[in-house]
Amino acid sequence: MDIVELSRLQFAYTAMIHFLFVPLTLGLSFILAIMESVYVMTGRQIYRDMTRFWGKLFGINFALGVTTGLAMEFQFGTNWSYYSHYVGDIFGAPLAIEALMAFFLESTLVGLFFFGWDRMSRVKHLAVTWLMALATNLSALWILVANGWMQYPIGSEFNIETMRMELTSFAEVLLNPVAQVKFVHTVSAGYVTGAVFVLAISSWYLLKGRDLAFARRSFAIASAFGLAAALSVIVLGDESGYALGDVQKVKLAAIEAEWETHPAPAAFTLFGFPNQETRSTDYAVRIPAIMGLIATRSTDQQVDGFDRILEHNLQRIIRGQEAYQLMTRIRAGEGDEQVRARFEALRDDLGYGLLLSVYAEDVANASDAEIAAALDASIPRVWPLFWTFRIMVACGFLMLVIFAFAFWHSARRTPDKPRWLLRLALFSLPLPWIASEAGWFVAEYGRQPWAIGEILPTSLAVSSLTAGEVLGTLAAIVVLYSIFLIIEVWLMVRFARKGPSSLHTGRYDLETGKLKEA
Amino acid sequence: MDYEALRFIWWVLIGVLLIGFVVTDGFDMGVAALLKVLGRNDEQRRVMINAVGPHWDGNQVWLITAAGALFAAWPVVYAAAFNGFYFAMMLALFALFLRPLGFEYRAKIDSDRWRGRWDWALTAGSAVPALIFGVAFGNLLQGVPFHFDELHRLDYTGSFWALLNPFALLAGLLSLAMIVNHGATYLQLKTDGELLKRSERLAGWLALVCAVLFVLAGIWLALGIDGYRVIDGIDTNAANRTMDKTVEIVSGAWFDKYRSWPVLWLMPLSGIVAFIVCALASRARMHATAFISSALGMAMVIVTVGVSMFPFLMPSSSVPNHSLTMWDATASEATLMIMFVVACIFVPIVLGYTAWGYFVMRGRLTEQHIRENTHNLY
Repeated sequence: MDIVELSRLQFAYTAMIHFLFVPLTLGLSFILAIMESVYVMTGRQIYRDMTRFWGKLFGINFALGVTTGLAMEFQFGTNWSYYSHYVGDIFGAPLAIEALMAFFLESTLVGLFFFGWDRMSRVKHLAVTWLMALATNLSALWILVANGWMQYPIGSEFNIETMRMELTSFAEVLLNPVAQVKFVHTVSAGYVTGAVFVLAISSWYLLKGRDLAFARRSFAIASAFGLAAALSVIVLGDESGYALGDVQKVKLAAIEAEWETHPAPAAFTLFGFPNQETRSTDYAVRIPAIMGLIATRSTDQQVDGFDRILEHNLQRIIRGQEAYQLMTRIRAGEGDEQVRARFEALRDDLGYGLLLSVYAEDVANASDAEIAAALDASIPRVWPLFWTFRIMVACGFLMLVIFAFAFWHSARRTPDKPRWLLRLALFSLPLPWIASEAGWFVAEYGRQPWAIGEILPTSLAVSSLTAGEVLGTLAAIVVLYSIFLIIEVWLMVRFARKGPSSLHTGRYDLETGKLKEA
Repeated sequence: MDYEALRFIWWVLIGVLLIGFVVTDGFDMGVAALLKVLGRNDEQRRVMINAVGPHWDGNQVWLITAAGALFAAWPVVYAAAFNGFYFAMMLALFALFLRPLGFEYRAKIDSDRWRGRWDWALTAGSAVPALIFGVAFGNLLQGVPFHFDELHRLDYTGSFWALLNPFALLAGLLSLAMIVNHGATYLQLKTDGELLKRSERLAGWLALVCAVLFVLAGIWLALGIDGYRVIDGIDTNAANRTMDKTVEIVSGAWFDKYRSWPVLWLMPLSGIVAFIVCALASRARMHATAFISSALGMAMVIVTVGVSMFPFLMPSSSVPNHSLTMWDATASEATLMIMFVVACIFVPIVLGYTAWGYFVMRGRLTEQHIRENTHNLY
């Protein structure tokens, strides 16, 4: 493997492991705030115990979130140094603001959440918990503003003097529609994760018949919070589809394997086997009209298929080829006014020129084969996107159904929930993580070949390193993360099995002698 | 405000963030690095860990903010430094991985083997980055081998082993000593009994070691290390033209500023004095004075490095003209302006709630407190 593939693998691995912890932090922090609010309002001790017990599990998860988050911040510089130079002027700002505005607050309050129970009044501690939850979500906002800009880079332009992208409108970057829909979709997915986590573990207690009062209340809060979150994640995911149709036609075409542009409204391909070589989908099962409705919210607008996209990309590669030549001339000091004016006209296609430079030694005299290679590379591989997208959606709907049943039984105050439901809830534990990882895969793999959409190709964005160096650190990270993950899961399971008895209050089943250690 | 002023402000602000990092995160790294040295049993080590328990996480955000601000304000410096010091940065990162886990997981299991391993993890996780950050600055002072191509792509031609040269190791040692000393002065504020005595005794001589290492590094810099000087080609108010200036390597150039403005000597001198005061205050059991003077000493070391190198941030030893300076390696004017406004609003807010956090958790920790709250503490 070459440096580009290894760097991508390292980024994908660290980001995906990081995102095992983030959604649980996002969701659980609000569930803690809800539980503690009930405690402060009713004064009933059991809700304080719930906050503290689920807080313990929150802490175990949070530590690894912080650890793996550090790697995320370091590796833009260590492994993507040309990226950092080329877009740091825009991309760096939301990251720095995230630290200053959100992560500072979150981290300071996490300390007070755990250590401050006996040091401040109930209401003050509750305020700490709520602010911690809000800060966590604010953190996600800034990260998704940064990521949204990678997907859909607005509010910026190329500066030929400094040879990088520079900020023109911070408001546009902040209010980027892609960033906004991604933010709400991602945090709701986090809420679902937190809710499934509490629901699954509570169901296990109920199945075992232990700590019933504690488990029932946790189950009720998780099912209500989870139902609302699952509904919003799906509605907002659909909104995200609409935004894609607007600004990221390639990704939309890929997740729908839309090889050809069909007359409006386009059909939705439910299942099939996308074939990149023949540019068609084998054994496709299609539902008429749905796709057009999702992507355009209309019955008469077309959704672009790859036939059109590739045609369009070819034009841009050819214009990009000229832009690249002009850029080299201007940078070498040969640009008169005419050359500069021509470059200005073609500046937006420079990214495609850079893409061509990956495949052609001499961009100015690129052969037809080299242009064809760049054109092929201008769209991502379709089948992985097609399938992961469907996995994500299937998990989402499955969780919605589970939450609907759980909420129904909670709302009716059924004292003994049906065992099939409890089992279903317990075994649904991995679903939110599968859905989140699949979702991020679609977002990031679907952006390829670009690090920054249509501006900077991923293969140019890497650092000045050798493949061996990256392989070495990748191996070290895999070993370290595996060890951390084993320890984390082991601790989680251990404390989940102990349940509220781990608080040593003397009130719960393992301590009162009602039950032996499970 | 013009571009030049913003560039200068950001040079100051990055310095402020670095100082914020060493003053806050510095003491929890120092305390963790001292676990095995000052803590003789599990209870004492738990006192030490819980003294920083509520704060280490917030403190660490100073590092994260400093790196984020570096990315936003000096993108190419962030790129060149993190890429250039690849293995050193990765090593620091791997060490830093161990801290959140050590703090959070250590007390979860009541077993000597489990806790003993996390003690080592916390020690290494704190001492190794402290050493590496010092080594990095030691290398910046000597210049590092890199240059850019026509597309402004970085080509770093050095190696990891070249970073470990004697002067850089001395700088690393100074950094480690300062951090550890700072941890000892923090323990003077937060502990009692035996631990308090030991931390007073330690800072009583370690602060002097800091002063000596700092002076040694200064002498070495004056006699054995060439500085860099910009001859011409920098327009402080124009877009970055990083590769178009003329820089020469001159013996003693790092002392140019002190020759022009002798008043600047006050910076390194006050650093040395601060360390001496720290040692004396620790012996005299003036705990607050010891902590503040330790913080001041570290701040002055950073200021001295910044002033000596001004306007350089990362000189290139192989192609000096490609050196990165605070005039031609910055973000655009728009980004610097927005980040400046954000910093003006949020730095005071951060300082406010951080101070409140310390106020809520005020007071000394005792071994008895650990015994009484054994299930709720780290």
